[in-house]
Amino acid sequence: MDLLEYQGKQLFARHGVPVPDGKPATSVDDALAAADVIGYPCVVKAQVLIGGRGKAGGIKVVKDRDEARDAAEAILGMDIRGHTVHEIWVEAASDIAEEYYASIVFDRSAKAPLMLLSTQGGMDIEEVAERDPDAIARLHVDPLIGFQGFHGRRLAFEAGVAEDVVRPVGALLAKLYDAFVAEEAMLVEVNPLTVLTDRSVKALDAKVTLDDNSFYRHPDNAALRNVGAEDPQEQMAKERGLTYVKLDGDIGILGNGAGLVMSTLDVVSQAGGAPANFLDAGGGSKAEAITQAVEVILSDPKVKAVLFNIFGGITRCDEIARGLIEAFDQIKPTVPFVVRLDGTNDKEGRALLAEANLPNVHMATTMLEAAEKVVELARSANVEGRPDAALPGQTTGGTPGGGDSS
Amino acid sequence: MSVLIDKDTRLCVSGITGREGTFHAMNNKRYGTNVVSGVTPGKGGQDVEGVPVLNTFHAAVSETGANTAMIFVPPPFAADSILEAADAGIETVICITEGIPAHDELRVYNFLRAHRPTVRLIGPNCPGVLSPGKANVGIIPAAFFKEGNVGVVSRSGTLTYQIGNELAQRGFGNSSIVGIGGDPVPGSSFIDVIELFQADDETELIVMSGEIGGSAEEEAAEYIGEHVTKPVVGYIAGFTAPPGKTMGHAGAIVSGSQGTAAAKAEALEGRGVRVGRTPTEVADIAVEILGG
Repeated sequence: MDLLEYQGKQLFARHGVPVPDGKPATSVDDALAAADVIGYPCVVKAQVLIGGRGKAGGIKVVKDRDEARDAAEAILGMDIRGHTVHEIWVEAASDIAEEYYASIVFDRSAKAPLMLLSTQGGMDIEEVAERDPDAIARLHVDPLIGFQGFHGRRLAFEAGVAEDVVRPVGALLAKLYDAFVAEEAMLVEVNPLTVLTDRSVKALDAKVTLDDNSFYRHPDNAALRNVGAEDPQEQMAKERGLTYVKLDGDIGILGNGAGLVMSTLDVVSQAGGAPANFLDAGGGSKAEAITQAVEVILSDPKVKAVLFNIFGGITRCDEIARGLIEAFDQIKPTVPFVVRLDGTNDKEGRALLAEANLPNVHMATTMLEAAEKVVELARSANVEGRPDAALPGQTTGGTPGGGDSS
Repeated sequence: MSVLIDKDTRLCVSGITGREGTFHAMNNKRYGTNVVSGVTPGKGGQDVEGVPVLNTFHAAVSETGANTAMIFVPPPFAADSILEAADAGIETVICITEGIPAHDELRVYNFLRAHRPTVRLIGPNCPGVLSPGKANVGIIPAAFFKEGNVGVVSRSGTLTYQIGNELAQRGFGNSSIVGIGGDPVPGSSFIDVIELFQADDETELIVMSGEIGGSAEEEAAEYIGEHVTKPVVGYIAGFTAPPGKTMGHAGAIVSGSQGTAAAKAEALEGRGVRVGRTPTEVADIAVEILGG
């Protein structure tokens, strides 16, 4: 899970990483109250999970109460590249002398935390890496022994930080590593890491990604959900314990197992269709979970047709069939379904569906056939209602490949 | 031959007294796997359908001669159980558990690498290993697979079944099917398993099924180019996955421009590995290489 800047800063502060004083606010009044306590000048910052806030007008330095009101009113509710601002962070203004960059990445390839430090902060680090790779000092920390003092010195000297701040920068990196390990982060990034005019160092931004799998031992982190920023379908799926990712297309997808679902999305795209979502019903799904999954998929109004692609291992195809029958009973979907059932208890599952004789449910025997069928059905749903629409009967002849696409 | 598990496997199941643990341990036993014991702390002395339960892996080794462990305990206990099995001297540890914190996996991986370098950890978050006709350790539905000459290694469970099934429909069987799991820090990589298949007499073709996220496929491509003489067919899931979204598996995420399916396919093809764009195409390529 990605944290908002202020959530990251509060997490940093718990581990002694120096950050400017600040307070979150969700209303103009709260923001003014916060600004009055922090004092002027201060900075009003939009809290969204996307870069480019400054350019979009989402960060404003204010020198008095009136300016603070104007800034809070302008920023709350603002749209920043598709993200609506629900929260702002009011923080003490800083007199910046230098801007550095620091991060710790969970390096999957090296199987160790990778620490990066650069004196070229305040800009896109990927651009720095491309333009001037030597400007970034990097080293891996052995997770069995953790961060050592020399790691900090080496990074600081190699990056070329000002000599008078080598020590405090090293100390900050040590605390950042503590936070990375203790909070079980996949990424902590400070950009910019600033040296102020009084030569103290502070984390002026915070980008933190936490490992969702660790939440059972970090209930405080689990509660940090940034609900306002979530897509409504994704929120609904999360509440039902389903793994769902919203996509842009019009074909709802349900499968069992992440790899098979990813593969299904690819095959549907190759057949000329556009998946509306990724939904992994998981291993050993029971009928009730399937019914809920159908509900989530159909809550997306763009969905014109739905594909079930199941290869049962732990999952039993008869349970899937029962769930689908139940879903039809409760939700009465109006869009067509294509169902492919293979694997454990597939014959029983197919028999149940044949018996139920659900309206507009088409069976397919292979994944490829299922994908082609659902693309065709979605396409004919899209042309219906237009004066030149083809009759549905003409487009369901089973022409494989959908060669007339795009 | 086969890799990792066979007729000499003596399996001990951690979490055998749990509902899922019992179900799959018995399933594996019915397949013919020699399930010698189970471990549940505090339940030593009981048995599960005739399989003795012990309190520790150390007892499982000394009293029942276990040489392979299957880990089926919930995430908070899984890393501990893997380390206990390794400490007891078990050399092959297969961890099915999904949802283990990534930092636990990191510590386990680095500890084993530094202090128990001969232990092979498969998983976590994997379907296990099946050597058709010999042994099944995990949750792979064995009925779909038969003995043969194609070795399969995959990051995904159900996708492995899909590909295995496509191969089976063309008449191919498998030497072994190895699920390495979809987590950020798998105990064994594609390279580790491909190395085993390369050395295995029975394996004539290797199928590797990857997915978005990380760089394991790119690293495997390089290894294949330099060390593997057997033909390898690749598959990558997630061409249409949007960046920044975790696609079910904790490890399946495109970060910026890193870890895309296109880059992985390109890396493999650059090393002479043919990559099927669909599971069906993987089987088509296998037919071309080995003959129908």
